[in-house]
Amino acid sequence: MKQDGRQFDSHGRLRHFLTIEGLPRQTILDILDTAESFIAMGEREIKKVPLLRGKTVVNLFFESSTRTRTTFEIAAKRLSADVININPSLSSTAKGETLLDTVRNLEAMHTDLFVVRHASSGAAYLIAGHVSEHVHIINAGDGRHAHPTQAMLDMFTIRRHKGPFENLRVAIVGDVLHSRVARSEIHALTTLGAAEVRVIAPKTLLPTAVEKLGVHPFTDMRAGLADVDVIMMLRLQRERMTGALIPSEQEYFNLYGLTAEKRAYAKPDVIVMHPGPMNRGLEIDSAVADGPNSVILPQVTNGIAVRMAIMALIMGGTPAAEARRAP
Amino acid sequence: MSLVIKGGHVIDPANNIDSPHDVYIAADGFIVGVGSAPSGFKAERTLDAKGKLVCPGLVDLRARLREPGLEYKATMESETRAAVSAGITTLCCPPDTQPPIDTPAMAQMIQQRAWRIGLAFVHPLGALTRALEGQQLTDMAALDEAGCVGFSNALQPVTDTLVMRRAMEYAASFDLTVFLHAQDPWLQNGGCVHEGEIGTRLGLPGIPEAAETVGVARDLALIEQTGVRAHFCQLSSSRAVAMVAEAQKRGLPVSADVTAHHLHLTEHDIGFFNTQCHVLPPLRSTRDREVLRRALKTGVLGAICSDHQPHEPDAKLAPFADSEPGISGLETLLPLTLKLVDEKLLTLSEAIALVTHKPAAILGVDAGHLGIDASADICIIDPKAHWTLTADQLKSRGHNTPFLGWEFRGKVTHTLVGGEVVFELGVET
Repeated sequence: MKQDGRQFDSHGRLRHFLTIEGLPRQTILDILDTAESFIAMGEREIKKVPLLRGKTVVNLFFESSTRTRTTFEIAAKRLSADVININPSLSSTAKGETLLDTVRNLEAMHTDLFVVRHASSGAAYLIAGHVSEHVHIINAGDGRHAHPTQAMLDMFTIRRHKGPFENLRVAIVGDVLHSRVARSEIHALTTLGAAEVRVIAPKTLLPTAVEKLGVHPFTDMRAGLADVDVIMMLRLQRERMTGALIPSEQEYFNLYGLTAEKRAYAKPDVIVMHPGPMNRGLEIDSAVADGPNSVILPQVTNGIAVRMAIMALIMGGTPAAEARRAP
Repeated sequence: MSLVIKGGHVIDPANNIDSPHDVYIAADGFIVGVGSAPSGFKAERTLDAKGKLVCPGLVDLRARLREPGLEYKATMESETRAAVSAGITTLCCPPDTQPPIDTPAMAQMIQQRAWRIGLAFVHPLGALTRALEGQQLTDMAALDEAGCVGFSNALQPVTDTLVMRRAMEYAASFDLTVFLHAQDPWLQNGGCVHEGEIGTRLGLPGIPEAAETVGVARDLALIEQTGVRAHFCQLSSSRAVAMVAEAQKRGLPVSADVTAHHLHLTEHDIGFFNTQCHVLPPLRSTRDREVLRRALKTGVLGAICSDHQPHEPDAKLAPFADSEPGISGLETLLPLTLKLVDEKLLTLSEAIALVTHKPAAILGVDAGHLGIDASADICIIDPKAHWTLTADQLKSRGHNTPFLGWEFRGKVTHTLVGGEVVFELGVET
């Protein structure tokens, strides 16, 4: 596989956060450790640290989002940065401006960090290749390619609830084909050395050659869930129904919806995750989503600390990472 | 001005020549002798070709010149200049100009422009259906009369099988060749890379191999039904090659070509979203590339073409799927073909044949050979020159190529069209 230099600067420091693929295991662990320290801070009365004081963060969301954008905004504000939210699909791009034009204009206003979401795979890569040296990019989701901060908060949540990855069997269930979340989760889990990663879906929703990513594909959910420690559900976009990918919501729920009955095939202490927003009654039953095994709301809370850690790491380094670097 | 090319090694596969000869060209621009001068011949000019290869000018089966309609990308002037600097003296231009080549006036306009520019010969393909919409047939006989060397719907699919059958039948009535880009549009489904490992990893929508094999299977059935002479453009998959090979064995009048980039690149070259590798059909697996290469040796693939598509820089400065497909390929056609000789896949003579008289035969034009009375379209190559491709060397307006930084051996030093030197290395015109 080709080495990708774009995420790191010439000193080997993480400069952008674009994909989990190719990140060293230690970098991932650094982020998780840093996030732990921010968790405690979120529970304090005064939830701010001055790490990014005076920095300007632009949330550049070409695709709409509430949850991800909000957690990025809160994360940046708790680091004392100034945050601006821009939804260009409604403004400049509608007037024919290219993606890079939009970015260059905002860059000219001395933005320090762009948090970018875009419907096309590779958009964050493209931007990272065309901004000046002091500007940082965080990929908040590009097409079907990657959603690395979501995968990081998922790893954080798994580690908090389940401990080391080496003993864990993880199942990712649903529309893997169209899912950037699934791709990033797979890279994170394989890098962290999870014992087994499974993907469960009908073949219409599994990408070709998915096993090359280091996962075991299953079409039978009960077989796929057998003895797993973690179930990561994926959101099924309702528009997939029209593309002849699945026959009906009813059949999908019957075969791949996570019910208490199906969950019982996993280990008794399995944790159930979902990146949101959930389609209750389509990919997950409310009894499971709100049940004792669910860590779906903690995922959201953890998202803030993890995004703070990533911002802090790429924009200034963290004590843990710097200490390791020192000779 | 009469001319002799002295001391070169002539490679003229059409006439089975692969030996040192002088080439004699009369003042009217036609070849009058290879090896021995006709009696009374007096050369007014001598070109020293010692240590060099003297080949027929290259014939490129498919090159977009972007004129008319897309002059912000390139012009006929800029692209034919790039062509002759790369040894290409005859080009075939697909009908997907804007407007498309679906009237005799358009066909004539393009040839006249090329004639006036006076660098390379340009032969248009006529549109198979009006406005390339896949519904109504064009006036094929009139377009043929106006100089179209074949008919094609370019990259626009003719989805209606009945229209395709009628188009082939009509073309067969007048012994015209149909050029096919066989792709099933539903299976293609807006994809931009090969459906496989790399597309899965990058999350890019894939085009399955079946998009090509289903397209080829349908068209082969219709070719058999109608008896039309047909040419498959830029096959990309090993299975499509096998299907065409089988049809040829059964005696169907079908030929096929491959692009120079599909012989050298695979899906892996996309790396992390390199939009310069965004082409249609997509770069496929390493196995596909090996089968395409072998099919040159067996003759199933009868030509290598550039599939030249020059773009303005912005066309590639977008996320992969949103970038425009295509490579500016004129200036790497010969270098990439000669690389196959360095890699011991082809003999020099076999390689030159695939970019000269073989594509000329597919087009049905008299070009690509050094026979007596042929137009003196000649390319002289320094076979020992080592060089590296850089953007500032490119004469094409389009600098969109994934081959920047590649090292090549063999460089064109002179190109003659109709006996006139239209390119000389180091002498800018």
